[in-house]
Amino acid sequence: MKAFNIVIAGVGGQGVLMASKVLAESALASRMDVKQNEVHGMAQRGGSVISFVRIGAKVHSPVVLPGTADILISFEPLEALRYLHYLKPGGKLVYNKACINPSTVAAGLATYPGDVPQRIAAACPGARAIDALQVAQQAGNAKAVNMVMVGSVMKGLPIDAEVVEGVVREISRGKGEEVNMAALRGGAATA
Amino acid sequence: MKKIISGNEAIALSFEDSGGVFASGYPGTPSTETLEEVARLGNVYCEWAPNEKVGLESAIGASLAGGRALATMKHVGVNVAADALMTLTYTGVNAGLILMAADDPGMHSSQNEQDSRNYAKFAKIPMLDPADSQEAYDYVRAGFEISERFDTPVMLRTTTRISHAKGIVEQKGKVEPKVGDLAKDVPKYVMLPNFGKIKHIAVEERLLKLQAFAEESPLNRVEMNDPELGIITSGISYQHAKEAFPQASFLKLGLVHPLPEQKIRDFASKVGRLMVVEEMDAIFEEQIRALGIRVDIGKDRISLCGEVCADIVREAAGAPATSAKTQPANDLPLRPPTFCPGCAHRGLYSILSKLKVFVSGDIGCYTLGALPPLSAMHTCICMGASISAAHGIAKVNEIAGRTEKPVAVIGDSTFFHSGITGLLSMSYNAGNALVIIMDNRTTGMTGGQENPGSGRLIQGNPAKEVDMVSLVKVLGIENVYEINSYNLKETEDAIRRGLETPGPYVLVDKNPCILRYRVKKPLVQVSADKCTGCRACLKASCVALGLQGSGDKPKVAIDPNICNGCGVCTQHCKFDAMTVASGGSHESI
Ligand code: SF4
Ligand code: SF4
Repeated sequence: MKAFNIVIAGVGGQGVLMASKVLAESALASRMDVKQNEVHGMAQRGGSVISFVRIGAKVHSPVVLPGTADILISFEPLEALRYLHYLKPGGKLVYNKACINPSTVAAGLATYPGDVPQRIAAACPGARAIDALQVAQQAGNAKAVNMVMVGSVMKGLPIDAEVVEGVVREISRGKGEEVNMAALRGGAATA
Repeated sequence: MKKIISGNEAIALSFEDSGGVFASGYPGTPSTETLEEVARLGNVYCEWAPNEKVGLESAIGASLAGGRALATMKHVGVNVAADALMTLTYTGVNAGLILMAADDPGMHSSQNEQDSRNYAKFAKIPMLDPADSQEAYDYVRAGFEISERFDTPVMLRTTTRISHAKGIVEQKGKVEPKVGDLAKDVPKYVMLPNFGKIKHIAVEERLLKLQAFAEESPLNRVEMNDPELGIITSGISYQHAKEAFPQASFLKLGLVHPLPEQKIRDFASKVGRLMVVEEMDAIFEEQIRALGIRVDIGKDRISLCGEVCADIVREAAGAPATSAKTQPANDLPLRPPTFCPGCAHRGLYSILSKLKVFVSGDIGCYTLGALPPLSAMHTCICMGASISAAHGIAKVNEIAGRTEKPVAVIGDSTFFHSGITGLLSMSYNAGNALVIIMDNRTTGMTGGQENPGSGRLIQGNPAKEVDMVSLVKVLGIENVYEINSYNLKETEDAIRRGLETPGPYVLVDKNPCILRYRVKKPLVQVSADKCTGCRACLKASCVALGLQGSGDKPKVAIDPNICNGCGVCTQHCKFDAMTVASGGSHESI
């Protein structure tokens, strides 16, 4: 089996790493080999973040190369566009609609492009945009956006949905377990 | 039980499982989580040292006292610890000692791209280079065995994609920690010239023994497959090469110094094309060429700069890259890291930027003050250099008859690390710089670690808390004052006074790191009626600020999910358009 490549993009502080952890643990629970890698340099919030999860019978490199991702999950539209070239032809993209200004835009040095959804749709006709913030809020906590995003791709993974649910329960036991489960299911319902 | 852990976590776990007794180090990406994990696991003593040299020296003491010891640091930290390392190689060890050095090819979070493998050659000591989390775990065990068997410190080298990448690890049986006797052996441990001369011979002999060990050790493994292409590699490069050419033959080095000469000769003689895949320097390639062995593909095809990936390996060997040639959109606004919303550094840099002074910077979150729109830092070299460099600048300004007084900006942790000596020099040599210490009571950039000023140990229990102002005074600085960077007017006045007063002048800001201490303040709102769209507040360079609407003069809006109410943008506004929202504190970070 060729490795299944997942790329998760977002903004520092959005919970990209927790989403990666859920996927990696789910792969282990499904008795597959897995490598997960993100580059986390500095602590500050607000920088661009990209994380890789590779699942397969045997995975060597922890790095997903551009043009080879089976799935791209982006927590923010601009980051979806920024990392779109990681998708392989026919790969799936799901992104969260809510925009977050980069520091360059906030400082008035650049403008947030107005045509991000259009450009994404042109490059990746099957792309799905979801309102993850709203789903997370309905689940009970705006911070559960990461679980909504995981839920939104659950059907396309080489892992059973029950396994992912079990992992989310395990990881968030005593720490907003019900909210996370609701967010995960809410995300799954968007697909 | 199998678990998914990072290379750093694997090293910590194995340290505990391999009879580790004492660990020390200084935070530095990508090494930081190693010591944090030792503390979290909680069964072995560990501590943050104020710098890497102290960390390694304490580990040397621990080894002398009979306990297996670990010192952790990032690659540039080895430079700080090198003084100890270069003579530790002569004395050797009592109990096993491992120095973990985490390299950062690609410079994800570093000021240079130095290759720590050079240190193993330089210090003539063995070095292990794990290729995944499991090997990171296994090599700690192997490292202690090698250290004790050959009486040598061992370097365990990782790179960012080993330290931070997570993979599956299976624990091995536990070695119970046992503490041996405190060594008292003058000729072995007191490096006076006469003893040193004898020990130098021992170092060279040890290297020969290690070479023989490298030949037979399973750490260096041959995987014979298709002999057409033979790849000599190690660490993360092995994974990339394996990904690129799963069918090729490999000589996978785990012990990367000294090299197994005969094993390399044998391997080279059995393969068609010999390829060497290594990130950064041509350490293997140069040594292999020096043996008179032909390297067909090496650094002529793989850059000395940056990381390697499977496609770089493929293309170097003449195979097509598999990744589709889709180009990234390159017209998008960048999203670089910036000060957290609510961070005290924002206020300080607003003023430094306004005053257009020369700022000698240092390593920490505050280095981000160099980026636009603040653009208020003009040099940043290494830990502690801000103060010493400002001192040199001031002296030459004086010689040249220039009146400009330079400003040094440094954080508390960096000041404890190696800023103290610079300030001591400035005081002693009658310097003339303004030094601003951003004492936010944590090591912020690496994620908020404890330090001698934070009042807590790595485990979180209370510790002696060094008072910054007293410390500065004791170095002979008379002019030392506290400032509050959230108040721009006050800060500007204080900086101006510091610039006008001759001689060393120190300002200390004691506002805590809002990320580490989870400080939450009532958020600020913009009144759309009063906002004229002048954009003065955007100079605060805060991600919570944004323009709303289109037209010539879109107005500013503050994202309530992001703002942390520091009030810095408010003070930039000349039209009273920004106010603190009622309703008290909120969750923002
Ligand atoms: S981590 Fe702390 S010091 Fe660093 S930018 Fe954020 S608030 Fe400021
Ligand atoms: S929006 Fe203004 S008040 Fe809020 S965190 Fe940013 S600079 Fe501070």
